[in-house]
Amino acid sequence: MSVEQAVIGAPEEDGAKTTPRHVSRSVTLTIGCVLVGVIVLVAVVSLFWVPFAPEDTSGRRLMPPGLPHLLGTDKLGRDLLTQLMIGARIALAAGAGSVLLGGVIGIAAGLAAGFATRWLDDVVSALLDILIAFPTLLLAMLVAATQAASLTSAIVAIGLAMSAIVARLTRVLVKRVLAQDFITASRTSGTSWPRVVIEHVLPNIWPTLSVNLALQFGLAVLAEASLSYLGLGAPPPNASWGRMLQEAQASVFIAPVGVIAPGVLIVVLVIGVNLIADGFRDVADPTRRRRR
Amino acid sequence: MSLLEVAGLRVRPGDGRDLISDLSFTVDAGGRFGLIGESGSGKSLTALTIMGLLPPGMTASGSVTLDVPGMGRTEIVGAGERRLNRLRGRAASVVFQEPLTALDPLMRIGHQVAGPLRRIQGLRGRALREAVTAALEEVRLAEPGRIAKAYPHEISGGQRQRVAIAMAIACRPALLIADEPTTALDVTVQAEVLALLDGLVSAHSMALLFISHDLAVVSGITDHVLILKDGVAVESGAVLDVVNGPRHPYARELVDSARELDAALDGLNATDGGTR
Repeated sequence: MSVEQAVIGAPEEDGAKTTPRHVSRSVTLTIGCVLVGVIVLVAVVSLFWVPFAPEDTSGRRLMPPGLPHLLGTDKLGRDLLTQLMIGARIALAAGAGSVLLGGVIGIAAGLAAGFATRWLDDVVSALLDILIAFPTLLLAMLVAATQAASLTSAIVAIGLAMSAIVARLTRVLVKRVLAQDFITASRTSGTSWPRVVIEHVLPNIWPTLSVNLALQFGLAVLAEASLSYLGLGAPPPNASWGRMLQEAQASVFIAPVGVIAPGVLIVVLVIGVNLIADGFRDVADPTRRRRR
Repeated sequence: MSLLEVAGLRVRPGDGRDLISDLSFTVDAGGRFGLIGESGSGKSLTALTIMGLLPPGMTASGSVTLDVPGMGRTEIVGAGERRLNRLRGRAASVVFQEPLTALDPLMRIGHQVAGPLRRIQGLRGRALREAVTAALEEVRLAEPGRIAKAYPHEISGGQRQRVAIAMAIACRPALLIADEPTTALDVTVQAEVLALLDGLVSAHSMALLFISHDLAVVSGITDHVLILKDGVAVESGAVLDVVNGPRHPYARELVDSARELDAALDGLNATDGGTR
Protein backbone atom coordinates (compact mmCIF):
# COMPACT_ATOMS: atom_id res chain seq x y z
CA MET A 1 0.00 0.00 0.00
CA SER A 2 1.62 3.20 -1.10
CA VAL A 3 0.21 5.40 1.68
CA GLU A 4 1.45 3.01 4.32
CA GLN A 5 4.91 2.78 2.84
CA ALA A 6 5.17 6.49 2.39
CA VAL A 7 4.36 7.02 6.05
CA ILE A 8 6.49 4.23 7.49
CA GLY A 9 9.38 4.72 5.15
CA ALA A 10 9.64 8.45 5.80
CA PRO A 11 13.33 8.93 6.52
CA GLU A 12 14.37 10.49 9.79
CA GLU A 13 15.75 13.92 9.12
CA ASP A 14 18.96 14.74 10.88
CA GLY A 15 19.25 17.55 13.35
CA ALA A 16 20.86 20.09 11.06
CA LYS A 17 17.97 20.08 8.64
CA THR A 18 15.13 20.30 11.13
CA THR A 19 15.00 24.05 11.56
CA PRO A 20 13.99 25.16 8.05
CA ARG A 21 11.66 22.18 7.66
CA HIS A 22 10.20 22.96 11.02
CA VAL A 23 9.25 26.43 9.89
CA SER A 24 7.69 25.22 6.65
CA ARG A 25 5.84 22.50 8.53
CA SER A 26 4.29 24.99 10.92
CA VAL A 27 3.22 27.08 7.91
CA THR A 28 1.45 24.11 6.33
CA LEU A 29 -0.16 23.37 9.68
CA THR A 30 -1.44 26.96 9.90
CA ILE A 31 -2.84 27.01 6.37
CA GLY A 32 -4.47 23.63 6.92
CA CYS A 33 -6.04 24.80 10.18
CA VAL A 34 -7.41 27.93 8.48
CA LEU A 35 -8.95 25.97 5.58
CA VAL A 36 -10.53 23.35 7.83
CA GLY A 37 -11.46 26.04 10.37
CA VAL A 38 -13.53 27.89 7.77
CA ILE A 39 -15.48 24.73 6.92
CA VAL A 40 -16.00 23.92 10.61
CA LEU A 41 -17.19 27.47 11.26
CA VAL A 42 -19.69 27.27 8.39
CA ALA A 43 -20.95 23.92 9.70
CA VAL A 44 -21.38 25.29 13.22
CA VAL A 45 -23.19 28.40 11.98
CA SER A 46 -25.54 26.20 9.93
CA LEU A 47 -26.74 24.61 13.16
CA PHE A 48 -28.17 27.95 14.30
CA TRP A 49 -28.80 29.93 11.16
CA VAL A 50 -29.17 29.34 7.44
CA PRO A 51 -30.43 31.95 4.94
CA PHE A 52 -33.43 29.82 3.87
CA ALA A 53 -35.03 26.60 5.07
CA PRO A 54 -33.33 23.66 3.27
CA GLU A 55 -36.63 22.37 1.85
CA ASP A 56 -37.81 25.87 0.82
CA THR A 57 -38.40 25.65 -2.95
CA SER A 58 -40.05 29.08 -3.25
CA GLY A 59 -37.20 30.63 -5.21
CA ARG A 60 -37.01 30.69 -9.01
CA ARG A 61 -35.13 27.77 -10.46
CA LEU A 62 -31.44 27.98 -11.42
CA MET A 63 -31.05 31.64 -10.44
CA PRO A 64 -27.56 33.14 -10.80
CA PRO A 65 -25.85 34.60 -7.71
CA GLY A 66 -27.52 37.79 -6.45
CA LEU A 67 -30.17 38.82 -3.94
CA PRO A 68 -31.86 37.37 -2.01
CA HIS A 69 -30.12 34.11 -2.99
CA LEU A 70 -26.44 34.99 -2.57
CA LEU A 71 -25.13 32.02 -4.55
CA GLY A 72 -28.29 31.45 -6.59
CA THR A 73 -30.65 28.48 -6.53
CA ASP A 74 -30.63 24.89 -7.73
CA LYS A 75 -32.94 23.21 -10.25
CA LEU A 76 -35.72 22.93 -7.64
CA GLY A 77 -35.40 26.56 -6.56
CA ARG A 78 -33.65 25.80 -3.26
CA ASP A 79 -31.08 28.27 -1.91
CA LEU A 80 -27.58 27.10 -2.82
CA LEU A 81 -25.77 28.73 0.12
CA THR A 82 -28.11 26.98 2.55
CA GLN A 83 -27.42 23.65 0.89
CA LEU A 84 -23.67 24.21 0.97
CA MET A 85 -23.70 25.15 4.66
CA ILE A 86 -25.64 22.04 5.60
CA GLY A 87 -23.37 20.03 3.33
CA ALA A 88 -20.37 21.15 5.41
CA ARG A 89 -21.99 19.55 8.43
CA ILE A 90 -22.56 16.30 6.54
CA ALA A 91 -19.02 16.22 5.16
CA LEU A 92 -17.44 16.78 8.58
CA ALA A 93 -19.75 14.24 10.22
CA ALA A 94 -18.87 11.70 7.53
CA GLY A 95 -15.12 12.29 8.00
CA ALA A 96 -15.19 12.29 11.80
CA GLY A 97 -17.62 9.37 12.09
CA SER A 98 -15.67 7.18 9.68
CA VAL A 99 -12.32 7.95 11.32
CA LEU A 100 -13.77 7.26 14.77
CA LEU A 101 -15.30 3.96 13.69
CA GLY A 102 -12.43 2.86 11.45
CA GLY A 103 -9.85 4.07 13.98
CA VAL A 104 -11.30 2.26 16.99
CA ILE A 105 -11.91 -1.02 15.17
CA GLY A 106 -8.67 -0.79 13.20
CA ILE A 107 -6.43 0.03 16.16
CA ALA A 108 -8.01 -2.67 18.32
CA ALA A 109 -7.65 -5.30 15.59
CA GLY A 110 -4.13 -4.14 14.75
CA LEU A 111 -3.03 -4.33 18.40
CA ALA A 112 -4.48 -7.82 18.71
CA ALA A 113 -2.73 -8.96 15.53
CA GLY A 114 0.51 -7.29 16.60
CA PHE A 115 0.52 -9.22 19.86
CA ALA A 116 -0.90 -12.45 18.46
CA THR A 117 0.99 -15.69 18.00
CA ARG A 118 2.39 -16.38 14.58
CA TRP A 119 -0.53 -18.58 13.49
CA LEU A 120 -3.30 -16.16 14.50
CA ASP A 121 -1.34 -13.25 13.06
CA ASP A 122 -1.10 -14.99 9.68
CA VAL A 123 -4.85 -15.56 9.61
CA VAL A 124 -5.68 -11.97 10.56
CA SER A 125 -3.18 -10.58 8.04
CA ALA A 126 -4.66 -12.70 5.24
CA LEU A 127 -8.16 -11.46 6.12
CA LEU A 128 -6.97 -7.86 6.13
CA ASP A 129 -5.26 -8.31 2.77
CA ILE A 130 -8.49 -9.63 1.25
CA LEU A 131 -10.45 -6.73 2.74
CA ILE A 132 -7.95 -4.18 1.47
CA ALA A 133 -7.83 -5.73 -2.00
CA PHE A 134 -11.55 -4.90 -2.19
CA PRO A 135 -11.90 -1.30 -3.44
CA THR A 136 -13.11 0.91 -0.58
CA LEU A 137 -15.90 2.36 -2.65
CA LEU A 138 -17.16 -1.05 -3.74
CA LEU A 139 -17.21 -2.25 -0.14
CA ALA A 140 -19.00 0.93 0.89
CA MET A 141 -21.56 0.45 -1.89
CA LEU A 142 -22.22 -3.11 -0.73
CA VAL A 143 -22.87 -2.00 2.84
CA ALA A 144 -24.91 1.01 1.75
CA ALA A 145 -26.95 -1.09 -0.66
CA THR A 146 -27.94 -3.71 1.94
CA GLN A 147 -29.80 -1.11 3.98
CA ALA A 148 -31.62 2.15 3.28
CA ALA A 149 -29.11 4.71 2.12
CA SER A 150 -28.39 7.25 4.85
CA LEU A 151 -25.50 9.18 6.32
CA THR A 152 -25.11 6.44 8.94
CA SER A 153 -24.91 3.67 6.36
CA ALA A 154 -22.30 5.67 4.46
CA ILE A 155 -20.24 6.21 7.64
CA VAL A 156 -20.47 2.52 8.61
CA ALA A 157 -19.41 1.50 5.11
CA ILE A 158 -16.49 3.90 4.88
CA GLY A 159 -15.44 3.21 8.48
CA LEU A 160 -15.37 -0.55 7.95
CA ALA A 161 -13.31 -0.26 4.80
CA MET A 162 -10.96 2.13 6.59
CA SER A 163 -10.57 -0.14 9.61
CA ALA A 164 -8.80 -2.76 7.50
CA ILE A 165 -6.19 -0.23 6.36
CA VAL A 166 -5.76 1.17 9.87
CA ALA A 167 -5.52 -2.35 11.32
CA ARG A 168 -2.76 -3.34 8.94
CA LEU A 169 -0.74 -0.22 9.62
CA THR A 170 -1.25 -0.60 13.39
CA ARG A 171 -0.15 -4.24 13.24
CA VAL A 172 3.13 -3.35 11.52
CA LEU A 173 3.80 -0.44 13.88
CA VAL A 174 3.05 -2.55 16.97
CA LYS A 175 5.34 -5.32 15.80
CA ARG A 176 8.10 -2.84 15.20
CA VAL A 177 7.74 -1.26 18.64
CA LEU A 178 7.53 -4.63 20.40
CA ALA A 179 10.85 -5.67 18.84
CA GLN A 180 12.61 -2.68 20.44
CA ASP A 181 14.94 -3.02 23.40
CA PHE A 182 13.09 -0.54 25.55
CA ILE A 183 10.09 -2.87 25.73
CA THR A 184 12.30 -5.63 27.17
CA ALA A 185 14.01 -3.06 29.40
CA SER A 186 10.68 -1.85 30.71
CA ARG A 187 9.58 -5.44 31.33
CA THR A 188 12.70 -6.11 33.40
CA SER A 189 11.49 -3.49 35.84
CA GLY A 190 8.15 -5.27 36.22
CA THR A 191 5.86 -3.46 33.77
CA SER A 192 2.83 -5.64 32.98
CA TRP A 193 1.66 -6.13 29.37
CA PRO A 194 -1.38 -3.83 29.66
CA ARG A 195 0.85 -1.08 31.03
CA VAL A 196 3.41 -1.71 28.28
CA VAL A 197 0.64 -1.09 25.74
CA ILE A 198 -0.57 2.11 27.42
CA GLU A 199 2.81 3.57 28.35
CA HIS A 200 5.03 2.48 25.48
CA VAL A 201 3.21 0.94 22.52
CA LEU A 202 0.39 3.46 21.98
CA PRO A 203 2.55 6.59 22.41
CA ASN A 204 5.16 5.17 20.03
CA ILE A 205 2.74 4.22 17.27
CA TRP A 206 0.68 7.42 17.66
CA PRO A 207 2.86 9.85 15.64
CA THR A 208 2.62 7.70 12.52
CA LEU A 209 -0.91 6.53 13.19
CA SER A 210 -2.36 9.99 13.80
CA VAL A 211 -0.93 11.31 10.54
CA ASN A 212 -2.47 8.36 8.76
CA LEU A 213 -5.84 8.90 10.47
CA ALA A 214 -5.83 12.53 9.36
CA LEU A 215 -5.18 11.40 5.77
CA GLN A 216 -7.99 8.88 6.15
CA PHE A 217 -10.30 11.72 7.22
CA GLY A 218 -9.72 13.41 3.87
CA LEU A 219 -10.26 10.14 2.01
CA ALA A 220 -13.49 9.56 3.97
CA VAL A 221 -14.80 13.01 2.95
CA LEU A 222 -14.09 12.11 -0.68
CA ALA A 223 -15.68 8.68 -0.28
CA GLU A 224 -18.83 10.19 1.24
CA ALA A 225 -19.07 12.67 -1.63
CA SER A 226 -18.70 9.79 -4.10
CA LEU A 227 -21.34 7.69 -2.35
CA SER A 228 -23.74 10.63 -2.25
CA TYR A 229 -23.04 11.32 -5.89
CA LEU A 230 -24.16 7.76 -6.58
CA GLY A 231 -27.24 8.23 -4.41
CA LEU A 232 -25.94 6.06 -1.55
CA GLY A 233 -25.43 8.84 1.00
CA ALA A 234 -27.65 11.08 3.07
CA PRO A 235 -31.13 11.36 1.46
CA PRO A 236 -32.80 14.74 0.75
CA PRO A 237 -33.49 17.24 2.18
CA ASN A 238 -30.07 16.78 3.86
CA ALA A 239 -27.72 18.34 1.38
CA SER A 240 -24.48 16.54 0.68
CA TRP A 241 -21.84 18.13 -1.52
CA GLY A 242 -21.58 14.95 -3.54
CA ARG A 243 -25.31 14.86 -4.28
CA MET A 244 -25.32 18.59 -5.06
CA LEU A 245 -22.63 17.96 -7.68
CA GLN A 246 -24.66 15.19 -9.22
CA GLU A 247 -27.89 17.22 -9.29
CA ALA A 248 -26.25 20.32 -10.75
CA GLN A 249 -24.25 18.43 -13.33
CA ALA A 250 -26.95 18.50 -16.03
CA SER A 251 -27.24 22.29 -15.82
CA VAL A 252 -23.51 23.04 -15.58
CA PHE A 253 -23.54 25.46 -18.54
CA ILE A 254 -26.65 27.34 -17.39
CA ALA A 255 -25.78 27.57 -13.67
CA PRO A 256 -22.06 26.78 -13.22
CA VAL A 257 -21.99 27.91 -9.56
CA GLY A 258 -24.08 24.86 -8.62
CA VAL A 259 -21.20 22.59 -9.67
CA ILE A 260 -18.24 24.79 -8.86
CA ALA A 261 -19.20 25.70 -5.30
CA PRO A 262 -19.55 22.18 -3.81
CA GLY A 263 -16.54 21.03 -5.83
CA VAL A 264 -14.38 23.81 -4.43
CA LEU A 265 -15.53 23.12 -0.88
CA ILE A 266 -14.68 19.41 -1.17
CA VAL A 267 -11.21 20.30 -2.43
CA VAL A 268 -10.69 22.92 0.30
CA LEU A 269 -11.63 20.50 3.07
CA VAL A 270 -9.51 17.62 1.72
CA ILE A 271 -6.47 19.81 1.08
CA GLY A 272 -6.84 21.43 4.50
CA VAL A 273 -6.97 18.06 6.23
CA ASN A 274 -3.93 16.85 4.29
CA LEU A 275 -1.93 19.94 5.21
CA ILE A 276 -2.81 19.41 8.87
CA ALA A 277 -1.76 15.77 8.59
CA ASP A 278 1.59 16.82 7.16
CA GLY A 279 2.22 19.47 9.82
CA PHE A 280 0.94 17.22 12.58
CA ARG A 281 3.88 14.82 12.38
CA ASP A 282 6.17 17.27 14.14
CA VAL A 283 3.71 18.03 16.89
CA ALA A 284 3.08 14.39 17.67
CA ASP A 285 6.70 13.22 17.66
CA PRO A 286 9.14 14.93 20.04
CA THR A 287 12.19 13.36 18.38
CA ARG A 288 11.36 15.41 15.27
CA ARG A 289 11.14 18.67 17.15
CA ARG A 290 14.09 21.01 17.17
CA ARG A 291 17.03 19.65 19.13
CA ARG A 292 18.51 21.61 21.97
CA MET B 1 23.72 -18.05 51.19
CA SER B 2 23.37 -17.98 47.46
CA LEU B 3 21.05 -15.36 45.98
CA LEU B 4 20.98 -16.72 42.46
CA GLU B 5 21.40 -20.36 41.69
CA VAL B 6 21.51 -21.57 38.12
CA ALA B 7 21.63 -25.35 37.82
CA GLY B 8 21.69 -27.43 34.64
CA LEU B 9 20.14 -24.61 32.61
CA ARG B 10 19.33 -25.46 29.02
CA VAL B 11 17.78 -23.02 26.56
CA ARG B 12 16.66 -24.03 23.11
CA PRO B 13 14.57 -22.54 20.30
CA GLY B 14 11.67 -24.52 18.84
CA ASP B 15 13.88 -26.32 16.32
CA GLY B 16 16.34 -28.17 18.42
CA ARG B 17 19.92 -27.01 18.84
CA ASP B 18 20.75 -25.87 22.37
CA LEU B 19 21.77 -22.22 22.70
CA ILE B 20 22.76 -22.78 26.30
CA SER B 21 23.52 -26.25 27.57
CA ASP B 22 23.98 -27.47 31.10
CA LEU B 23 24.98 -24.12 32.58
CA SER B 24 25.43 -23.95 36.34
CA PHE B 25 26.68 -21.17 38.59
CA THR B 26 25.74 -19.37 41.77
CA VAL B 27 25.91 -15.74 42.83
CA ASP B 28 25.97 -15.01 46.56
CA ALA B 29 24.14 -12.12 48.14
CA GLY B 30 26.37 -9.09 47.64
CA GLY B 31 28.71 -11.13 45.44
CA ARG B 32 30.10 -10.16 42.05
CA PHE B 33 30.06 -12.61 39.23
CA GLY B 34 31.32 -12.12 35.69
CA LEU B 35 29.97 -13.88 32.61
CA ILE B 36 32.36 -13.72 29.67
CA GLY B 37 31.87 -14.82 26.11
CA GLU B 38 31.85 -13.72 22.49
CA SER B 39 28.65 -12.61 20.81
CA GLY B 40 26.29 -15.51 20.28
CA SER B 41 27.70 -17.41 23.24
CA GLY B 42 24.45 -17.15 25.20
CA LYS B 43 25.41 -14.45 27.72
CA SER B 44 22.47 -12.15 27.12
CA LEU B 45 20.12 -15.10 26.82
CA THR B 46 21.21 -16.12 30.31
CA ALA B 47 20.31 -12.66 31.60
CA LEU B 48 16.88 -12.81 29.96
CA THR B 49 16.29 -16.30 31.37
CA ILE B 50 17.00 -15.04 34.88
CA MET B 51 14.39 -12.30 34.36
CA GLY B 52 11.92 -14.81 32.90
CA LEU B 53 11.90 -12.87 29.63
CA LEU B 54 12.98 -15.40 27.03
CA PRO B 55 11.97 -14.42 23.48
CA PRO B 56 8.86 -16.20 22.19
CA GLY B 57 9.56 -19.68 20.87
CA MET B 58 12.46 -20.37 23.22
CA THR B 59 12.15 -22.78 26.07
CA ALA B 60 14.28 -23.15 29.17
CA SER B 61 14.75 -26.27 31.25
CA GLY B 62 16.78 -26.95 34.34
CA SER B 63 16.60 -24.62 37.28
CA VAL B 64 17.09 -20.93 38.00
CA THR B 65 16.23 -19.90 41.55
CA LEU B 66 16.26 -16.47 43.12
CA ASP B 67 16.33 -16.42 46.90
CA VAL B 68 15.72 -12.90 48.12
CA PRO B 69 15.32 -12.09 51.81
CA GLY B 70 11.73 -11.06 52.43
CA MET B 71 10.51 -12.40 49.09
CA GLY B 72 11.20 -16.08 49.53
CA ARG B 73 12.73 -18.52 47.12
CA THR B 74 11.39 -18.58 43.58
CA GLU B 75 11.99 -21.01 40.76
CA ILE B 76 12.08 -18.85 37.63
CA VAL B 77 11.92 -21.58 35.01
CA GLY B 78 8.23 -22.31 34.44
CA ALA B 79 6.99 -19.59 36.80
CA GLY B 80 3.84 -17.67 35.87
CA GLU B 81 3.88 -14.13 34.52
CA ARG B 82 2.35 -12.64 37.68
CA ARG B 83 4.88 -14.22 39.98
CA LEU B 84 7.75 -13.09 37.73
CA ASN B 85 6.46 -9.54 37.49
CA ARG B 86 6.63 -9.21 41.27
CA LEU B 87 10.31 -10.14 41.17
CA ARG B 88 11.29 -7.90 38.28
CA GLY B 89 12.78 -4.63 39.42
CA ARG B 90 12.80 -5.76 43.08
CA ALA B 91 14.64 -9.06 43.18
CA ALA B 92 16.63 -8.39 40.03
CA SER B 93 16.90 -5.82 37.27
CA VAL B 94 19.01 -5.25 34.18
CA VAL B 95 21.17 -2.53 32.62
CA PHE B 96 21.38 -3.12 28.88
CA GLN B 97 24.16 -2.56 26.39
CA GLU B 98 22.69 0.14 24.21
CA PRO B 99 21.16 2.94 26.31
CA LEU B 100 19.65 4.73 23.31
CA THR B 101 17.42 1.81 22.40
CA ALA B 102 16.80 0.74 26.01
CA LEU B 103 14.99 4.01 26.76
CA ASP B 104 11.61 4.88 25.28
CA PRO B 105 12.38 7.63 22.72
CA LEU B 106 9.02 9.35 23.22
CA MET B 107 8.97 9.49 27.01
CA ARG B 108 10.68 12.13 29.10
CA ILE B 109 13.55 10.78 31.24
CA GLY B 110 11.86 11.78 34.49
CA HIS B 111 8.75 9.86 33.55
CA GLN B 112 10.76 6.76 32.68
CA VAL B 113 12.69 6.79 35.94
CA ALA B 114 9.42 7.38 37.80
CA GLY B 115 7.89 4.21 36.30
CA PRO B 116 9.41 1.59 38.62
CA LEU B 117 9.28 3.93 41.64
CA ARG B 118 5.55 4.47 41.16
CA ARG B 119 4.77 0.84 40.41
CA ILE B 120 6.95 -0.91 42.95
CA GLN B 121 7.30 1.58 45.79
CA GLY B 122 3.88 3.17 45.31
CA LEU B 123 5.23 6.73 45.36
CA ARG B 124 3.01 9.54 44.08
CA GLY B 125 3.12 13.28 43.55
CA ARG B 126 5.78 15.19 45.35
CA ALA B 127 7.43 12.17 46.97
CA LEU B 128 7.73 10.62 43.51
CA ARG B 129 9.31 13.75 42.02
CA GLU B 130 11.80 13.92 44.86
CA ALA B 131 12.64 10.23 44.47
CA VAL B 132 13.26 10.76 40.74
CA THR B 133 15.61 13.66 41.44
CA ALA B 134 17.40 11.62 44.10
CA ALA B 135 17.75 8.69 41.70
CA LEU B 136 19.27 10.95 39.03
CA GLU B 137 21.61 12.57 41.54
CA GLU B 138 22.70 9.18 42.78
CA VAL B 139 24.13 8.34 39.35
CA ARG B 140 26.02 11.67 39.38
CA LEU B 141 23.96 13.41 36.74
CA ALA B 142 24.46 17.14 36.97
CA GLU B 143 21.29 19.19 36.51
CA PRO B 144 18.81 16.42 37.37
CA GLY B 145 15.96 18.87 36.79
CA ARG B 146 16.92 19.48 33.18
CA ILE B 147 17.65 15.79 32.50
CA ALA B 148 14.28 14.76 33.93
CA LYS B 149 12.50 16.98 31.43
CA ALA B 150 14.64 15.88 28.46
CA TYR B 151 13.89 13.16 25.94
CA PRO B 152 16.53 10.43 25.46
CA HIS B 153 17.78 11.89 22.15
CA GLU B 154 18.51 15.18 23.85
CA ILE B 155 21.22 13.86 26.21
CA SER B 156 24.57 12.18 25.60
CA GLY B 157 25.29 8.44 25.48
CA GLY B 158 27.03 8.44 28.85
CA GLN B 159 24.15 10.35 30.41
CA ARG B 160 21.68 7.91 28.92
CA GLN B 161 23.51 4.94 30.42
CA ARG B 162 23.51 6.69 33.81
CA VAL B 163 19.75 7.13 33.46
CA ALA B 164 19.39 3.43 32.63
CA ILE B 165 21.42 2.57 35.73
CA ALA B 166 19.28 4.92 37.84
CA MET B 167 16.16 3.13 36.61
CA ALA B 168 17.61 -0.31 37.24
CA ILE B 169 18.68 0.38 40.82
CA ALA B 170 15.79 2.72 41.71
CA CYS B 171 14.02 0.02 43.69
CA ARG B 172 17.17 -1.47 45.20
CA PRO B 173 17.17 -4.90 43.56
CA ALA B 174 19.08 -7.65 45.35
CA LEU B 175 20.71 -8.58 42.05
CA LEU B 176 21.81 -6.18 39.34
CA ILE B 177 22.48 -7.71 35.95
CA ALA B 178 24.71 -5.52 33.79
CA ASP B 179 24.63 -6.78 30.20
CA GLU B 180 27.63 -5.21 28.45
CA PRO B 181 26.82 -1.87 30.09
CA THR B 182 29.90 -0.07 28.77
CA THR B 183 30.35 -1.61 25.33
CA ALA B 184 28.44 1.12 23.50
CA LEU B 185 30.28 3.97 25.24
CA ASP B 186 33.46 5.94 24.57
CA VAL B 187 36.47 4.58 26.40
CA THR B 188 36.73 7.54 28.79
CA VAL B 189 33.02 7.39 29.57
CA GLN B 190 33.35 3.61 30.01
CA ALA B 191 35.72 4.05 32.91
CA GLU B 192 33.42 6.54 34.61
CA VAL B 193 30.35 4.35 34.22
CA LEU B 194 32.26 1.31 35.51
CA ALA B 195 33.43 3.23 38.55
CA LEU B 196 29.87 4.42 39.14
CA LEU B 197 28.47 0.88 38.92
CA ASP B 198 31.19 -0.37 41.21
CA GLY B 199 30.42 2.28 43.83
CA LEU B 200 26.65 1.86 43.70
CA VAL B 201 26.79 -1.92 43.96
CA SER B 202 28.98 -1.66 47.06
CA ALA B 203 26.97 1.17 48.60
CA HIS B 204 23.71 -0.74 48.43
CA SER B 205 25.30 -4.18 48.90
CA MET B 206 23.68 -5.47 45.76
CA ALA B 207 24.91 -8.59 44.02
CA LEU B 208 26.27 -7.97 40.52
CA LEU B 209 26.12 -10.24 37.51
CA PHE B 210 28.38 -8.55 35.00
CA ILE B 211 28.17 -9.72 31.40
CA SER B 212 30.86 -8.77 28.91
CA HIS B 213 33.09 -9.97 26.11
CA ASP B 214 35.97 -8.09 27.66
CA LEU B 215 38.02 -10.12 30.14
CA ALA B 216 39.97 -7.07 31.29
CA VAL B 217 36.81 -5.14 32.19
CA VAL B 218 35.22 -8.11 33.94
CA SER B 219 38.29 -9.00 35.93
CA GLY B 220 38.45 -5.45 37.22
CA ILE B 221 34.98 -5.42 38.70
CA THR B 222 34.09 -9.01 39.69
CA ASP B 223 35.64 -11.66 41.87
CA HIS B 224 34.35 -14.79 40.11
CA VAL B 225 34.07 -15.42 36.41
CA LEU B 226 32.58 -17.97 34.08
CA ILE B 227 33.62 -18.21 30.44
CA LEU B 228 30.94 -19.23 27.98
CA LYS B 229 31.56 -20.51 24.48
CA ASP B 230 28.68 -21.58 22.24
CA GLY B 231 26.41 -21.89 25.25
CA VAL B 232 28.75 -24.13 27.20
CA ALA B 233 30.74 -23.10 30.28
CA VAL B 234 34.37 -23.78 29.42
CA GLU B 235 36.00 -22.36 32.51
CA SER B 236 34.97 -20.88 35.82
CA GLY B 237 36.49 -19.87 39.10
CA ALA B 238 37.98 -16.97 41.01
CA VAL B 239 39.19 -14.18 38.72
CA LEU B 240 42.82 -14.50 39.80
CA ASP B 241 42.89 -18.25 39.20
CA VAL B 242 41.39 -17.93 35.74
CA VAL B 243 43.67 -15.08 34.70
CA ASN B 244 46.80 -16.71 36.09
CA GLY B 245 46.13 -20.29 35.10
CA PRO B 246 43.52 -20.71 32.37
CA ARG B 247 43.02 -24.40 31.60
CA HIS B 248 40.69 -24.44 28.61
CA PRO B 249 42.26 -23.38 25.29
CA TYR B 250 39.56 -20.74 24.68
CA ALA B 251 40.11 -19.24 28.12
CA ARG B 252 43.85 -19.17 27.48
CA GLU B 253 43.24 -17.43 24.17
CA LEU B 254 41.15 -14.76 25.92
CA VAL B 255 43.76 -14.20 28.60
CA ASP B 256 46.58 -14.08 26.08
CA SER B 257 44.85 -11.58 23.83
CA ALA B 258 44.07 -9.35 26.80
CA ARG B 259 47.77 -9.55 27.78
CA GLU B 260 48.89 -8.80 24.24
CA LEU B 261 46.71 -5.70 24.16
CA ASP B 262 48.19 -4.60 27.47
CA ALA B 263 51.71 -5.23 26.25
CA ALA B 264 51.04 -3.35 23.03
CA LEU B 265 49.81 -0.37 25.03
CA ASP B 266 52.83 -0.56 27.33
CA GLY B 267 55.08 -0.71 24.27
CA LEU B 268 53.45 2.42 22.86
CA ASN B 269 53.95 4.16 26.16
CA ALA B 270 57.61 3.22 26.19
CA THR B 271 58.33 4.54 22.66
CA ASP B 272 56.23 7.60 23.37
CA GLY B 273 58.28 8.29 26.50
CA GLY B 274 61.52 7.70 24.57
CA THR B 275 60.87 10.22 21.83
CA ARG B 276 60.01 13.02 24.20
